[in-house]
Amino acid sequence: MFIQNLLLVVVDVLKVPSILVGLVALFGLVAQKKPFPDVIKGTVKTILGFLVLAGGATVLVGSLSPLGDIFKHAFDVQGIIPNNEAVVSIALEKYGASTTLIMAFGMVANIIVARFTRLKYIYLSGHVTFYMACMVAIILSVAGFEGVQLIYTGSLTLGLLMATFPAMAQPYMRKIIGNDQVALAHTGTIGYVLSGWIGSLVGKGSKSTEEMNMPKNLSFLRDSTISISITMMIIYLVLSISAGKDYVESQFSHGQNYLVYSFVQAITFAAGVFIILQGVRLILAEIVPAFTGFSEKLVPNARPALDCPIVYPYAPNAVLLGFIFSFIGGLVGLFFLGQLHWVLILPGVVPHFFCGATAGVFGNATGGRRGAMVGAFAHGILITFLPVALLPVLGAMGLANTTFSDTDFGVVGIILGNMARFLDKGTITMAISGVFVLMVIYNFTAKKKVVAEESEI
Amino acid sequence: MKIMAVCGAGLGSSFMMEMNIKKVLKTLNISADVDHSDLGSVTPDAADVFVMGRDIAYSANLPENKLIIVNSIIDIKELETKISDYFNKKQ
Repeated sequence: MFIQNLLLVVVDVLKVPSILVGLVALFGLVAQKKPFPDVIKGTVKTILGFLVLAGGATVLVGSLSPLGDIFKHAFDVQGIIPNNEAVVSIALEKYGASTTLIMAFGMVANIIVARFTRLKYIYLSGHVTFYMACMVAIILSVAGFEGVQLIYTGSLTLGLLMATFPAMAQPYMRKIIGNDQVALAHTGTIGYVLSGWIGSLVGKGSKSTEEMNMPKNLSFLRDSTISISITMMIIYLVLSISAGKDYVESQFSHGQNYLVYSFVQAITFAAGVFIILQGVRLILAEIVPAFTGFSEKLVPNARPALDCPIVYPYAPNAVLLGFIFSFIGGLVGLFFLGQLHWVLILPGVVPHFFCGATAGVFGNATGGRRGAMVGAFAHGILITFLPVALLPVLGAMGLANTTFSDTDFGVVGIILGNMARFLDKGTITMAISGVFVLMVIYNFTAKKKVVAEESEI
Repeated sequence: MKIMAVCGAGLGSSFMMEMNIKKVLKTLNISADVDHSDLGSVTPDAADVFVMGRDIAYSANLPENKLIIVNSIIDIKELETKISDYFNKKQ
């Protein structure tokens, strides 16, 4: 009886995501043989991070749910503001434990994939790994996966993605950075590769963006809190005016002037994201260095894949052009969604800035300024339409007023979600394991060729 | 002594810089706290010195003597030179 009770307590503890994420950090710290005070400090801070994140979600939802209702009242369709932090913070309430486990074992899977296949990339952007783990957890859970099968399939999928995406971007990265030492780990890869490809089609003879004179004073938008506040202000004010003074004041603001209410709610949204970011930072503070340390030891010949701003210094003008044209793409996409009477995906400044800017740099590398403009514009269209197809596979999370914003979430989610729709669980697990096994077999059987290639260099 | 690495969102790039700064400090045999943050939440009193890429330094409202600006945020050699310069100047 006692043992059974103890087991039940253990299982209960493992269901609490904050404790679980603390245990992951604890494990990482002990494995690195950190001093005792550091172990305690790191574990507690990681748990704290999860709880801070949950607090941020509450603040954010307080601002987001009135906006959803105001939107429906004004335009009679669902409106979505894509923001990774927002959707993850909301989803973690239900999928926190599976997200944590998929992230932890996904990192292990990334190391295994890099060790035993040709895809020698270690994905070091912890925040997007965390978000991707969350999306995989949602989709597989909605498809009925649970327990060990959920964690195994989810982790292996994540590990494969973490090695595959940097590999896709690498040909362009070589061109941008000028060497093959570092790779790109960010969730807009498909958009960047698309932009690089479009650049090579349209950019013949176009001069580099870096030969242009561009104003510098837009760089304050790089400050994500400010850019979120400004866009949310515009969105909130436009919607409140469209929904009408009476509706907003009677339903939500309890008599407070509707414009004042909108202004405060808009910045409350940014405040929520601000808190969530603090939480994400605390959660990752111990986990990412542990992951980096292990991967350096276990796969010393792998390339580190790093966050997207690493390419910005190589083409600062393309960063700005990329943002502007991606955003225009988002507005054009929104117009078409309106014409089609589909769910409206509002252009969030964060994905357009960070991903659009990177798409601009990729486009510039292959097609100069024309490549940067057209490539980033295509990226902006893409991140407006992908979420529309992503929403149905997210189950109840698709009904939240926010969703995943970047291209890779869209593409992976749509593929994984539709696999779940047409195949049974066992087949999906087998298929993903099969992909991994094939990659390992390819690595070992085709070995001679690689040795030859390496000796040529 | 506290060093703060800064980037736009305070999630990926600055975290990577933080880990590199820690490596550099180890080789230079200097002990200091290192943390990372986003551009929006840094205030001059948050750290003794701030490290950031040239592209965002324009938007940081921080006193110039508290800034270490790097051209490439992935170049650990540049980081090492600039950090050791900073500490040499301070002494």
